[in-house]
Amino acid sequence: MKGWMGKFRALFLLGSLSLILSGCGVDKVSALKPEGYGAELLYDLMILSIAIMIFVFIVVMAIYTFVLIRYRQKKGQEDYIPKQTEGNKMLEIIWTVIPIILLLVLAVPTVTAVFDLAEESSDEADIRIDVTSAQFWWQFDYAGEEISTSQDLYIPKGERVYLTMKSADVIHSFWVPSIAGKIDTNPGDNENTMYLEATEEGVYWGQCTELCGPSHSLMDFRVVVVSPEEYEQWVSDMQNADPEAEPETEVAQEGKEIFENNCLSCHAIGSQPKGVGPNLTNFGDRAKVAGILEPTKENIVNWILHPNEIKPGNTMPPNLVNEEEAGKVAEYLMQLKPSEVTPESAQ
Amino acid sequence: MSTAVAQKKGFGAFMWDYLTTVDHKKIAHLYLVAGGLFFLLGGLEAMIIRIQLIKPDNEFISAGLYNEMITMHGTTMIFLAAMPLLFALMNAVVPLQIGARDVAFPFLNSLGFWLFFFGGLILNFSWFMGGAPDAGWTAYAPLSTTSPTHGVDFYVMGLQISGAGTLIGGINFLVTIVNMRAPGMSYMRMPLFTWTVFVTSTLILFAFPALTVGLFLMMFDRMFGSVFFDVASGGNVIIWEHLFWIFGHPEVYILILPVFGVFSEVFSTFSKKRLFGYSAMVFATVLIGFLGFMVWAHHMFTTGMGPVANSIFAVTTMAIAVPTGIKIFNWLFTMWGGTIRMTTAMLWSVAFIPTFTIGGMTGVMLAAAAADYQYHDTYFVVAHFHYVIVGGVVFGIFAALHYWWPKMFGKVLNEKLGKWAFWPFFIGFHLTFFIQHFLGLMGMPRRYWKFLDGQGLDTGNLISTIGAFFMALGVIIFLWNVIYTAMKEPKASADPFDGRTLEWSIPSPPPFYNFKQTPLVRGLDALWIEKSEGKKAMTPAEPLGDIHMPYGSIIPFVMSFGLFIAGFGFIYQVDNPVWLSLVFIGMGITLGSMFVRSVKDDLGYHIHKEDLEKGDGQV
Repeated sequence: MKGWMGKFRALFLLGSLSLILSGCGVDKVSALKPEGYGAELLYDLMILSIAIMIFVFIVVMAIYTFVLIRYRQKKGQEDYIPKQTEGNKMLEIIWTVIPIILLLVLAVPTVTAVFDLAEESSDEADIRIDVTSAQFWWQFDYAGEEISTSQDLYIPKGERVYLTMKSADVIHSFWVPSIAGKIDTNPGDNENTMYLEATEEGVYWGQCTELCGPSHSLMDFRVVVVSPEEYEQWVSDMQNADPEAEPETEVAQEGKEIFENNCLSCHAIGSQPKGVGPNLTNFGDRAKVAGILEPTKENIVNWILHPNEIKPGNTMPPNLVNEEEAGKVAEYLMQLKPSEVTPESAQ
Repeated sequence: MSTAVAQKKGFGAFMWDYLTTVDHKKIAHLYLVAGGLFFLLGGLEAMIIRIQLIKPDNEFISAGLYNEMITMHGTTMIFLAAMPLLFALMNAVVPLQIGARDVAFPFLNSLGFWLFFFGGLILNFSWFMGGAPDAGWTAYAPLSTTSPTHGVDFYVMGLQISGAGTLIGGINFLVTIVNMRAPGMSYMRMPLFTWTVFVTSTLILFAFPALTVGLFLMMFDRMFGSVFFDVASGGNVIIWEHLFWIFGHPEVYILILPVFGVFSEVFSTFSKKRLFGYSAMVFATVLIGFLGFMVWAHHMFTTGMGPVANSIFAVTTMAIAVPTGIKIFNWLFTMWGGTIRMTTAMLWSVAFIPTFTIGGMTGVMLAAAAADYQYHDTYFVVAHFHYVIVGGVVFGIFAALHYWWPKMFGKVLNEKLGKWAFWPFFIGFHLTFFIQHFLGLMGMPRRYWKFLDGQGLDTGNLISTIGAFFMALGVIIFLWNVIYTAMKEPKASADPFDGRTLEWSIPSPPPFYNFKQTPLVRGLDALWIEKSEGKKAMTPAEPLGDIHMPYGSIIPFVMSFGLFIAGFGFIYQVDNPVWLSLVFIGMGITLGSMFVRSVKDDLGYHIHKEDLEKGDGQV
């Protein structure tokens, strides 16, 4: 809460409204439970606009109720002809001027917030991440760190993280309701920017909000907010991840071989140039499989064999390997845990 | 109703009559029936959507089919239900309200209907020909340009053809209202419904060409290898968003303004009072129409236009709330001091005020561009536009149908059944959509095939689905009312509601030439003025004379049918050039019928003065 917006919050009406609304929804998902600079700014703007609107609604409803009760035709009035009033200049002026004032009250903080949220990175030292959307997953490239990952976006608490958004195919939209608003990811040169500044640690639900094909509703991702120290740790772990490292178990070793023969043409491990499919460097740490399934071996196998049944319209080919091979690949993928810092450490 | 006519003339003759008619009153019937059927279809699609969302992780329909459902629900409701139903009202009422015998171009009026109808058919044929469009009613590129089925091709051709019909209709009403008002009816004596139709027609004239251009670009991208929206070849997908919304936002006002007119008539009639602040109302209508063109980019706050554009469009959007507020207060003060008769038409109008106020309030909230970063493309938006489009346009159409039914079909709709239809629809509407505001804020994006467990969205969605069933019940009772009224209700008088405007000065339904003698208008609420001076009828502005009438024609039907055929040719020539033959056949039919129309003299006929005197209008 900054500046004059903070004063508004003190007002009783807004405060109580705020209380009622913040009862709605689930933590880390709902825009009504803001835990980030952007989300809080927008929440305050929302509360202000709702308060103004409720005032207007009460005035309209008061006149409305009075009119409907008082002037309902009564028995014996069937032939009564009311006075045919033409209008009233004074009233017309009142209900033109008062709304204009109310709208100005709303317009000023709106414009301020628009410019506030449009801030772009001006310092080389800022954390800058390129976000690329594709049907139906998200790629995150950490510009300065030479880290690529997908689906789980790690950011430090309390720091402003600047995102540059683009799309590999159709238009998508990046939304993490509890931390900030949303912005579209466009194909081509129309790159967009936004920033995230989380005020709490946690695993936040992110969603695609622009219709992008059959699995639009399944294009979830996670934003993992960790402490700045943990974030540093994660960055160095990711940078040091060895894509060639031999897994410990024999099954996983076989899985690695199968993976390299069948999957590596699309999926990258480590910070190589990104493939057409999600980067899997830290797959074993992921909060979800494919953004929506619990990270169990069964789910991974199921996904490898029938990706189209789980996310209709996605481009991963089904049945590239048989069920036994899929099991081994799953073993291999699940042990890809380059960092101590995982979604669990954020909770 | 028309069934009586059908029995007298036989079904074939009855059909032929409607296929060839150029009478605005019969074209109104055509628009009403066709728009009504598409409304039921769009409603069915809505029910399927709501059933899919009744519980988390539901598998009632597949993801692909769901996207087809939402696309067709939106497209059908806007282009094939709301628009034609409003055209039905415009056709039924405007010529009567201004004391005219028909619209300016009766032939074009018929052509406009048939173009709309065949465009709608093309769009819906997609269901049976490999899949409906699935890129949303907004059809954002490149999702639409790369959609693998022919669905989007059907969308492009269907909307292009029906859009041409709408444009023709809009021009027709502009000319009609400018040229054909009865003597004495100056602009500032026009009934407010006519005023709103006038402004709406202007909006159609300026907004639809943007859609036409956008659809042509998309058609060439999909069918003839152009790359307007292909970023790999230097195209730009944002252009489609702009073109679509430069049309799309005025379209919202094209829909809402005529029902503002309806409510003005209904409030005034059933409060027995002249419309409060008539000139302010006219001014507000024109201002809304004008501002309607200045705000399209508020649909694109998250597209990435930058803070300057976002701020400008936020402020212009908020500005629209002012004239809209003026209207709400003027309606309230129209009722103030009057004697309110709570007929069904009035009930729908009274219900509209709180509903639309909520819709307008959420509209202002959405206009706050930054806050829209949270609302955009969530159920909050879905709730908002259903509050204005159902709570405004659909309530308004119901009010108008109850109000003008006697003028259209000669019988007053049964009042009791009317109210029985109202309550489930009204309650169901709020159940369905109020909760959706919260669903959106709680993190539910729109156009989601399924929502997942654990996001706290289960109860809200269940309530919403239950509400939808209540709305369906309301519609079914209304349909029953239509049948019941046709069978059981007595014939209506010329002026069953103690009306104020010219349409109530002639029989219900009016004779095919409307006015035996053109009336003389002496002020606003022309009939009310005469009645309050103790006269029973309007003073004629001309002596009884021959009336010049146009002949019916099948040519508009054939002309539109040609485009219908050509449409399929365009869609399928991508697969195989043989299909181009359909393009040539279809365009041949259309151009041929245009040629026939041009060279054949059709001077119409006269109803003779003697016949008018003898039959008292019954020729």
